[in-house]
Amino acid sequence: MATNILEMRSITKTFPGVKALADVTLEVSRGEIHAICGENGAGKSTLMKVLSGVYPIGTYEGDIVFEGKTMSFKDIRDSEAEGIVIIHQELALSPYLSIAENIFLNNEVKGPLGLIDWNKANQEAAKLLARVGLKESPITKVMDIGVGKQQLVEIAKALSKRVKLLILDEPTAALNDEDSDHLLDLMLHLKEQGITSIIISHKLNEIKKVADSVTVIRDGKTIETIAKTDVTEERIIKDMVGRDLEHRYPDHTPHIGEEILRVENWTAHHPQDPTRVMVDNVNLNVRKGEIVGIAGLMGAGRTEFAMSLFGRSYGSRITGKVFKHGKEIKTRTVAEAIENGLAYATEDRKTFGLNLIEDIKRNISMASLQKLATLGLVNDNEEFKVANEYRKSMNIKSPTVLAKTGKLSGGNQQKVVLSKWIYSNPDVLILDEPTRGIDVGAKYEIYTIINRLAAEGKGIIVISSELPELLGICDRVYAISEGRITGELPIAEANPESLIKLMTMEKPR
Amino acid sequence: MTTTEKTAGTDVTATNRFTASLSHIITDLGKNGIFLALIAVVVLFAILTDGILLRPQNISNLIVQNGYILILAIGMVMVIVAGHIDLSVGSVAAFVGAVSGVLIRDLGFSWWAAIIAALLVGALVGAWQGFWIAYVGIPAFIVTLAGMLIFRGLALVVLGNANVGSFPEEYRALGNGFLTNVLGEFDVDPFTLAIGAIAIVGLIVQQIRTRSGRQKYGQEVEPLAWFIAKLALIAVAIGAIAYALASFKGIPITLIILAVLVLIYGIVTNRSVFGRHIYAIGGNRHAAELSGVKTKKVDFFIFVNMGVLAALAGLVFTARLNLAGPKAGEGFELEAISAAFIGGAAVQGGVGTIAGAIIGGLIIGVLNNGMSIMGIGIEWQQAVKGLVLLLAVAFDVFNKRRSGGR
Repeated sequence: MATNILEMRSITKTFPGVKALADVTLEVSRGEIHAICGENGAGKSTLMKVLSGVYPIGTYEGDIVFEGKTMSFKDIRDSEAEGIVIIHQELALSPYLSIAENIFLNNEVKGPLGLIDWNKANQEAAKLLARVGLKESPITKVMDIGVGKQQLVEIAKALSKRVKLLILDEPTAALNDEDSDHLLDLMLHLKEQGITSIIISHKLNEIKKVADSVTVIRDGKTIETIAKTDVTEERIIKDMVGRDLEHRYPDHTPHIGEEILRVENWTAHHPQDPTRVMVDNVNLNVRKGEIVGIAGLMGAGRTEFAMSLFGRSYGSRITGKVFKHGKEIKTRTVAEAIENGLAYATEDRKTFGLNLIEDIKRNISMASLQKLATLGLVNDNEEFKVANEYRKSMNIKSPTVLAKTGKLSGGNQQKVVLSKWIYSNPDVLILDEPTRGIDVGAKYEIYTIINRLAAEGKGIIVISSELPELLGICDRVYAISEGRITGELPIAEANPESLIKLMTMEKPR
Repeated sequence: MTTTEKTAGTDVTATNRFTASLSHIITDLGKNGIFLALIAVVVLFAILTDGILLRPQNISNLIVQNGYILILAIGMVMVIVAGHIDLSVGSVAAFVGAVSGVLIRDLGFSWWAAIIAALLVGALVGAWQGFWIAYVGIPAFIVTLAGMLIFRGLALVVLGNANVGSFPEEYRALGNGFLTNVLGEFDVDPFTLAIGAIAIVGLIVQQIRTRSGRQKYGQEVEPLAWFIAKLALIAVAIGAIAYALASFKGIPITLIILAVLVLIYGIVTNRSVFGRHIYAIGGNRHAAELSGVKTKKVDFFIFVNMGVLAALAGLVFTARLNLAGPKAGEGFELEAISAAFIGGAAVQGGVGTIAGAIIGGLIIGVLNNGMSIMGIGIEWQQAVKGLVLLLAVAFDVFNKRRSGGR
């Protein structure tokens, strides 16, 4: 156990304007299961991408020493050749191909003429499936098996590459309890066969179950590596969030009025799999002038909740009631939700928020064209005037509103999205990760805008996985985990430790 | 608040203003590259055909021969902007032409009743395809490929595999008629010239109003000299065409239909909420949906509209040939799609204009006409048209990449 299979020494990785990793060191002993913990955006995935060659040698500083040799990976193929295999959170399987075809994709079992020997491939695949404990025929199509089993296929695929170091990026995020347990057992089983694993996870329970040591990363830096015997939940949480909250948030004096929005018993199911509950009986409310946070990790159901509420843009079999000013309202379509005074700024502004080939002006007017129109005809000049007013009041950095939004920086794009929704004049704004991918300066501006909106008497819901952000700007915070609201704290009682506990609280088993 | 903000180039020194104007002109030329291409093609063929291309009779023919393609191109560009495609328009045109023929010949419909019924049939066909595309979610390529076969088949069924000919004169006017000699007989028809003059004045008034409206709101406008030069160029072009038409038979009815369509659809795509929604859907369907755009409804009506325009094109074509045949409209879809793409529409959707599609259609028309006059065979005509489509789109891609693109 004493020798290290992997040492990553002083890894520093910079993206334009951001230092994603600063002098990170990671040591993994041969034959152990090593957990990496950290908040979203702490740098875990970046570190793994450096390790697996997604970011090739030369784009980072520091050394990767694997089995005593310094590595210089130019791409994933190089790292796989050495036996380092990474399984990403989003599985990289082709749904229309069979299990065997997926396992040997780009690593085909070839016969004498260079043609694929399918009999041998299927036979080999069957052996690998037995090793991972998957009872499926190798010729079954991947689309016909569940996510849990697909994960096992990924591991079988890794085994086929003679893996020495297996990296699993949040492997249980999309799995149910039974599949998760099976996967964790499999990891222990593989450990007995001498395979070293790195598991990236938020779930403290499962880390305690399988990990031999835990490295915590925060803000692109290694905080510490804890041996199994010393691992406690409190210690990990403290490491994950232990940063001072500096002066990164503008002052905000709340003037909270009567309740604007109340959601009762909101439940939504997965759009493709209507038996899977994604949002589980959520109850919450927002008052006039109040900034309410929803703290949740990725996949906890926070975006699913917001999108299912906003015109049923997500999910199936949605039930529950919505009240505005005490009167029940319907939000069955986006148009209806907007009409009833809701606005939702999505977490992914490039895919869901903006028309990137269109200019600032037309993006701002998008949700409120009727306001600018008489008899169905839009008044261009009025539109220009409105957009220009928002350009100034929101400080969108562009010489003209005729600039394409695709050419703006993340912060300015977000200001355009906010302008669009403020112009639609909502009573309640739901802001999903409003500062994701935005630099610190622009973040401050966004917080100032949020405060201003609250001061104007709007109700604001901020969804975020960055706890300091929620603690810095909210008046009250809900925590969500596995689709359920696991707690509600007034800001005075909220602290990172209490929130993380609620955010990682699992369903009673 | 609104007018104090000076935009770039209006409050700087004279030299800067000159370079600003120049760069404006250059970007404007880049944006209107397709218009320059049309001029180039016209000049080229005017030379190659020893001026035959620009003879009054030929100009009149050019318009009438391409009318139905241009009508289709108007609908097609909206379909393409929304991110779809319609392969069925040629078959739909044939089907509707056949229906109108049978209605008149066998069921004794008057010409106007037949036209209205034909347009309704077009709307129904569009609704049928729109239903599958918008509400069932089948890709437009598949639905309209099926439609291409279905309506070609139905055209044969309606016609019983024979031609229907000899339409009433009023019906035939759609494709063959001229507004002429309204004021009596002259060498150069003063009525046509008057209409041309009205069109020029209308255009100038409209442009000046737009410009002053923008100025009032503190928006940047193009340099005055450039504005006047462009207006003068367009005025001269309209005047020349009017003069040519006046010295031949007058204004073709097809041209009047086209002018009305361009006017209406220009406003629809530029100014209407519906038009904005089409661009929003084409630019980013998810974002449009999450902004409250009823994407399915918009998709549906885009195809209903395309159906009506295909029907109209079918009527104009049938009227022109005075014959509804089972082979009518073959290849129309490809010419209409080419017109839209040559005119700058983007394959991914979100980009494209009515004016561009019309100019694209005219380029194809001039190529057809010019090469026919030169006696070039149909085989080479096809090849040249294909090459022009490819080069036009390649130029567009190149242009976008150079300017930073998306």
